[in-house]
Amino acid sequence: MTPLGHSMKWEKAFWPLAAACLFLALWAGSVKWSRTEVFPSPFDVAKGMVELAGKGLLVDYVGDSLRRVAAGYLTAAALGIPAGLFLGSRPAAMAVINPAIQILRPISPIAWIPLAIVWFGVGDLAAMFLIFLASFFQILVSAMNAVRNVPSMYRLAARNFGLSPLKLIARVVLPAALPQIVIGLRIALGVAWLVVVAAEMIAVDSGLGYLVIDSRNSGKRYDLVVAAMLLIGLTGLALDSIFRRVEKLKSVQWGFQNDA
Amino acid sequence: MGPTQISFKEHPPAFQTSRKAKLRAEGINMVFTRDGAAVPVLENINLEIREGEFVCLLGPSGCGKSTLLNIIAGFLAPTQGQVRIDGELVQGPDSRRIFVFQERGVFPWLTVEGNIGFGLFRLPRSEREQRIARYVRLVGLQGFERTYPHELSGGMKQRLEVARALAVNPDMLFLDEPFGALDSITRLTMRRELLRIWEAERKTVVFVTHDIDEAAQLADRVVVMTARPARIRRIVEIDIPHPRDISSPRYLKLRDSIFEEIGLAHNV
Repeated sequence: MTPLGHSMKWEKAFWPLAAACLFLALWAGSVKWSRTEVFPSPFDVAKGMVELAGKGLLVDYVGDSLRRVAAGYLTAAALGIPAGLFLGSRPAAMAVINPAIQILRPISPIAWIPLAIVWFGVGDLAAMFLIFLASFFQILVSAMNAVRNVPSMYRLAARNFGLSPLKLIARVVLPAALPQIVIGLRIALGVAWLVVVAAEMIAVDSGLGYLVIDSRNSGKRYDLVVAAMLLIGLTGLALDSIFRRVEKLKSVQWGFQNDA
Repeated sequence: MGPTQISFKEHPPAFQTSRKAKLRAEGINMVFTRDGAAVPVLENINLEIREGEFVCLLGPSGCGKSTLLNIIAGFLAPTQGQVRIDGELVQGPDSRRIFVFQERGVFPWLTVEGNIGFGLFRLPRSEREQRIARYVRLVGLQGFERTYPHELSGGMKQRLEVARALAVNPDMLFLDEPFGALDSITRLTMRRELLRIWEAERKTVVFVTHDIDEAAQLADRVVVMTARPARIRRIVEIDIPHPRDISSPRYLKLRDSIFEEIGLAHNV
């Protein structure tokens, strides 16, 4: 094999592409060989995708799922980051609240579904609430720890230059904690995307999660089930690649020096 | 210039420090509590530092000299005693006196420019930019204005931190083993750089080190401290003008007197 870093440009694209083709061939081959009636071949799935696109559902459903994730996730970030900055810099307040956080955090958002429906009814709000829960604790805890891990030297240096407490947070604590906060945001977005699928299976009648469950329930359209699964994977990949870009920004890249 | 003839009377220091007292530490005692036990760290420290003077606090690792520097800088309150600077009681950090940490103190999320400009938030933009440009030049970081610290060498980061401190035009600099993490060649260069900057800017400098040569090469006076709890053992005046010939008998004699003071033989 060519050593890393010396591979030609075409090679970088070629091998993953070859692996994908091989995977599709294996998939098509085993569907044919096993004569399954239930599991769709890659061609059936492709046809399913075209059918969804033709009805306009593809764009609509991806859009609906993204909208729910955006609402729940952004609310979580808007509340979680400031709360984390506050608690992280006040050990006394953190000692009071942390036990509650640590009990709530390991509860799967799925377990909240009955309460979410009681509180918000069957609909968008319940789904968004579940996504909020899924992201909030992750973001809060990572912001809290990030602030706690800011070297005291940075604070001392900043105080030496006469920064007010508010300026200190804006110009030192937040930027110093940002790389770790970004990691927390990235993990939270991944979890939010996992949860939106589950939420849509129960609480709403649109979106990719709904597509999975609806395709099975109305006519056992497994070609559409698999098509929806692929769409979930591809959209998740696209969301994660946003964060891979953010992590390349110079103002946070210093926190990821081991990857560079 | 024959090195043997150098003495204070014939050759006063090229930069005569004024006699005015800048800093006065009186009866400083510091006791830390560790696991419920009281650990005395500093014992009855009395020290006067003159304006424009370069003073090194020298002592074995962990003796408490950094604690003393932190008290002088206002980051720590002493258990007993007080520090006055320009007659004014020190009650906290102040932007007229900047503390320089080892190179880890630069802000990694800011560029070279951003770091140097960090303390200049009260200045109008144009003046801020002029200051930044001036101190980029002073520490020789031209061409690296937009570079982030993790792309700089250790020596460059240290120069950057000194520039950030100088940019706010403080009248005192506190340096806590600033060159401790650098390799020995860079350390020598940095000492020369620091002296050049000190001669250009005439700040009062308090420099903590455990390196006897470093103290003897840099300081007007070396404050030799004992092991913990630290007391001032002796103050050695190094009355040799810069640049110092570090092979001259006079220099070697002074340096060896510090070695003896600390209780180390000449031979390793």
